[in-house]
Amino acid sequence: MNQMTEVEQKAVEMLNEPKIVARNVQVYYGDTHAIKDVDVDIPAQSVTAFIGPSGCGKSTFLRTLNRMNDTIDICRVEGDILIDGEDVYDPKVDPVQLRAKVGMVFQKPNPFPKSIYDNVAYGPRIHGLSRNKTELDEIVTSSLQKAGLWDEVKDRLDAPGTGLSGGQQQRLCIARAIAVNPEIILMDEPCSALDPIATAKVEELIDELRENYTIVIVTHSMQQAARVSQRTAFFHLGVLVEEGPTEDIFTNPHDKRTQDYITGRFG
Amino acid sequence: MSDTIASTDAAATAGPRKGSLLVLDKRTRKRNAAEARFRLMGQIAVTIGVLALVGLLTSILMNGLSSFRQTYIQVSVYLDPAKLDKNGNRNLEDIAKVTTFGYAPLLKKALADKMAKEGISIEGLSEKDAAALISKEAPADLRRYVLAHPTSIGKTVSFNLLASGRIDGYYKGRVTMESAKLDRNVSPQQLMLADKLKADGVLTTRFNWEFFTAPDASDTRPEAAGLGVAILGSAYMMLVVLVLSLPLGVAASIYLEEFAPQNALTDLIEVNIANLAAVPSIVFGILGLAVFINFAGLPQSAPIVGGLVLTLMTLPTIIIATRAALKAVPPSIRDAALGVGASKMQSVFHHVLPLAMPGILTGTIIGLAQALGETAPLLLIGMVAFVREYPGAPPEGFFDPASALPVQVYNWTQRGDPAFVERASGAIIVLLVFLVLMNLIAIILRRRFERRW
Amino acid sequence: MSVGILILIVLGLALLGYFVGRQRALSKAANEGRKLHSLPSYYGQFLALFTAVPALILLAAWLFVQPMLIESHVSGLIPDSAIPEGGARSLVMSDVRRIADGLDALMEQGGLGEEDLTRMRADLTNIRSRLAEVGIALGSNVPVEVFDAAKTYRSEKNTGSLLMTIAVLGLSLASGGWAFMRIRPELRARNNSETFVKALLLGSSLVAILTTVGIVGSLLFETFHFFQIYPAKDFFFSTVWNPQFRGGSDLGILPLLWGTFYVSFVALVVAVPIGLMIAIYLSEYAGRALRNLAKPAIEVLAGIPTIVYGLFALITVGPFLRDWIAQPMGLGTSSSSVLTAGLVMGIMLIPFVSSLSDDIINAVPQAMRDGSYGLGATQSETIRQVILPAALPGVVGAILLAASRAIGETMIVVLGAGAAARLGLNPFDAMTTVTVKIVSQLTGDTEFASPETLVAFALGLTLFVFTLGLNVLALYIVRKYREQYE
Repeated sequence: MNQMTEVEQKAVEMLNEPKIVARNVQVYYGDTHAIKDVDVDIPAQSVTAFIGPSGCGKSTFLRTLNRMNDTIDICRVEGDILIDGEDVYDPKVDPVQLRAKVGMVFQKPNPFPKSIYDNVAYGPRIHGLSRNKTELDEIVTSSLQKAGLWDEVKDRLDAPGTGLSGGQQQRLCIARAIAVNPEIILMDEPCSALDPIATAKVEELIDELRENYTIVIVTHSMQQAARVSQRTAFFHLGVLVEEGPTEDIFTNPHDKRTQDYITGRFG
Repeated sequence: MSDTIASTDAAATAGPRKGSLLVLDKRTRKRNAAEARFRLMGQIAVTIGVLALVGLLTSILMNGLSSFRQTYIQVSVYLDPAKLDKNGNRNLEDIAKVTTFGYAPLLKKALADKMAKEGISIEGLSEKDAAALISKEAPADLRRYVLAHPTSIGKTVSFNLLASGRIDGYYKGRVTMESAKLDRNVSPQQLMLADKLKADGVLTTRFNWEFFTAPDASDTRPEAAGLGVAILGSAYMMLVVLVLSLPLGVAASIYLEEFAPQNALTDLIEVNIANLAAVPSIVFGILGLAVFINFAGLPQSAPIVGGLVLTLMTLPTIIIATRAALKAVPPSIRDAALGVGASKMQSVFHHVLPLAMPGILTGTIIGLAQALGETAPLLLIGMVAFVREYPGAPPEGFFDPASALPVQVYNWTQRGDPAFVERASGAIIVLLVFLVLMNLIAIILRRRFERRW
Repeated sequence: MSVGILILIVLGLALLGYFVGRQRALSKAANEGRKLHSLPSYYGQFLALFTAVPALILLAAWLFVQPMLIESHVSGLIPDSAIPEGGARSLVMSDVRRIADGLDALMEQGGLGEEDLTRMRADLTNIRSRLAEVGIALGSNVPVEVFDAAKTYRSEKNTGSLLMTIAVLGLSLASGGWAFMRIRPELRARNNSETFVKALLLGSSLVAILTTVGIVGSLLFETFHFFQIYPAKDFFFSTVWNPQFRGGSDLGILPLLWGTFYVSFVALVVAVPIGLMIAIYLSEYAGRALRNLAKPAIEVLAGIPTIVYGLFALITVGPFLRDWIAQPMGLGTSSSSVLTAGLVMGIMLIPFVSSLSDDIINAVPQAMRDGSYGLGATQSETIRQVILPAALPGVVGAILLAASRAIGETMIVVLGAGAAARLGLNPFDAMTTVTVKIVSQLTGDTEFASPETLVAFALGLTLFVFTLGLNVLALYIVRKYREQYE
């Protein structure tokens, strides 16, 4: 109890600095200890990349940030995750409200089988972000613009979202996340299902979004982490091995494991 | 690109800014209430579903359990030679000439003697009314006994005879003193007599074995109606269904799953099987009537026709189950057999089929259970007929008229006397017990032999 | 010789053939000092198959064709004068068959010899009373021509079955013998018998086609007869259903269709929301314990025969609705009503809807749910706005399948809906359905060639077309839906 208030205290002190603070986070899947003792600070208005070999727990950790793991029965989270100094695992927190603040984009583009317009309008509608149709239209338009998809789809907003190309679908999913007006956007390997050209577009988009949002991205590709992120965290076997400015991690890793991974010894 | 960024700032302020995560905003509270309502609707739906099952079973059990107990009257009957064998020569043919009507007076007298001996008398109750406590079926039973034991004539024999349906109903709560006042078929005096007889131990209620063995009885004798012919008829039909549908179904499945080439004929067969599974059962009844009875000239009401119709209905079920079982056998088994030089046919019959057998049998039993409960098609092929004769031994017995369990239920629901509702519900219980047993066997088979690759 | 014994003899011959074939192959191989092409048992199988199968096929064909031939021949013997006024030839033919059966029974009981029969004349002997002795009751005295026809019928039948016995046994021996001659060590016995078995397997799977042909054929054939004696226009467009025993019936299908659709509609109104909510709750909300308990309970509902539901409607639901709702509110006095049948049928359809919907809801990919939760949607919002719209085509297919079930259901409506053909809106009124009328027109002693009986086939055809159409449509929709996520 004592320790917790101490942590909160510290968080309040650093309020201006990190958007997300994680301390001593443990995640269990049934009997498996998937995430061990993770401490990390994620600054606002920047892109933080989680890298590491597959199965290292980076996606699992990402999903604890907006409590997406709640939907899995056997998953259990311990430790503190604070967003703006508030513990997201506090019993008073409604995950629904949390997820409006912390949006998410998934590995595989997953547009709903609805029209492009309805895909983007879905979030604002359920959260009641607009008072009338005009406002909703505005939100949809600006979200699509921010996602860089507007010019491609403005003439066919009524077409099904599933009919777009893979890259367009992923940008539609980003637009859908933006439309809820979140402060943080979590991206779980958003480009792994896309071809290089679509990937480039999405990366460009991430870079632009940084101005207004705190972005956490899980990626397989070290080049991508180097291209889009300001800070990088390296996970290995459920442990956060090293975290720091992206340049430092790639040019001057402290840990042997990070070095091995970056130089391609394993992964 | 620049205009995108320009519009960004405008939109970023468009949505209302959220407060602390620790405080539920109004809208979230509303949405959570909607969530709770939705969840409640789901709970209600599940409850309705479960309650429907409970209600259905309770209703049947409450109405039907009493049919397993029956009221009997114990009387000693003097088999008067003067009435039963006027010539006194104990010639069976002569004895047979005495109809059941000739036996009724004996019963009347026996009961009157009994009442006199016990000192029972009810005001306003004639001897005839008193005798009406005994089922109309009793004289026939008596006659059957005498014909089987001609030497008993002249002796006094004790019989345990069925009480009439209303008296039986009185002890099951169906008939009351009040209802008896309004009832043409029973009077309060008769009920009083019944109570006295019960006090003296003459009238007893015991387990009703006859319900399982006796044949159907006429409209006015619900107390004598039993399921004997129906159970036998259903058993015959199930035998026909099993003997025909298992080999046919397995053969068809093997062909479709292992040998069928990709062509129009195979497609046609597949489409046919899928559609036959969805054809209303009554249409199969029409098929049976038109083809098996009118065209092929098979007899009406016969288990063979019922069996044939049910076979056609069960085939799709068995074929679907068998194909699933065959599909579940991994290709590696086939490859292994083919690899050591077995022919395709040998690999199927020696390896695949034995491994698929538990699945096939489970499917077959479930198909049989479905067939056992099927009613509508049997109505059309004359199974509703009133049949009191037991069908003979197979195979000739397959062509004799018979009833079937579900049809017997339907038959009894069409009778006037409310005692038949009890019988119908009782018959349903018997039917359900058979179904539960069959399904249990299927479940045990599946558990025991289930194989995972 | 009865057919059963004949079959047993043929099978016995086949068994014998198996051993003989095996033995012959072995001895031939030993004599000629050569190796057998196949295992010895295949030579036995080869011979057994050739002994049994052609003979049994001939037997089946014979049993099928003989009655038709005799029937048409004998029915030609009866002059028009022997057919009573207003009666039909088919009725006289059924008399002929019964007389023939009666004569057989008489002979079996020893009361009649073959010579007696030839001497027996319809006008001399009182046939009616003699036949009554063996339990064959005839409506009127028998005309001479009919009696003669019966005698011909009987003798042709006897000759026919004698010929059949000879032909079947002959073919069995002949084809068996031919196979026997062919047994040599180099005979590819395995391949031959496998080809044979494969043909048998194919034959078995053709039963499905035969059944469909039988259904469609018999329905079309008798419906055609019906429309020859009753105008199709009246059948399809008349609003009156009033069959009369003496003819002059009104046989309009509209009131029956109305009753069918009304009852089915009520059933779907009950079953679809409840079944769908059960599927949703059990797959999205319920814990493991509840699921393991409630799911089998709901599935038990699906295994209960419809006669049980019918009885439930008759003795519990009907009286309850009448005594507690209809009568106090002055809406009706009948315990069998559209609502009774509809409610009970709805209960019957609940497991059908819920298990189909369950499959369909589970087919919606997890990614859809994740996407919605990731945007901060609640579970119910996700279900209502993402999962259900995504699953909609599949759910529609499931509902259509349930509707097809409801339309074809018989026992519940027979016991719960009533028998009065009525075009009305009050759900507490008794109405009747197509299936109820098929049952009532085809049970009991009715004259087969009358429009009152034949109309059942037209009703059956209508029913068949409706349910088949719904099914094909539903399966098409469901398949399309599945492709969407594959």
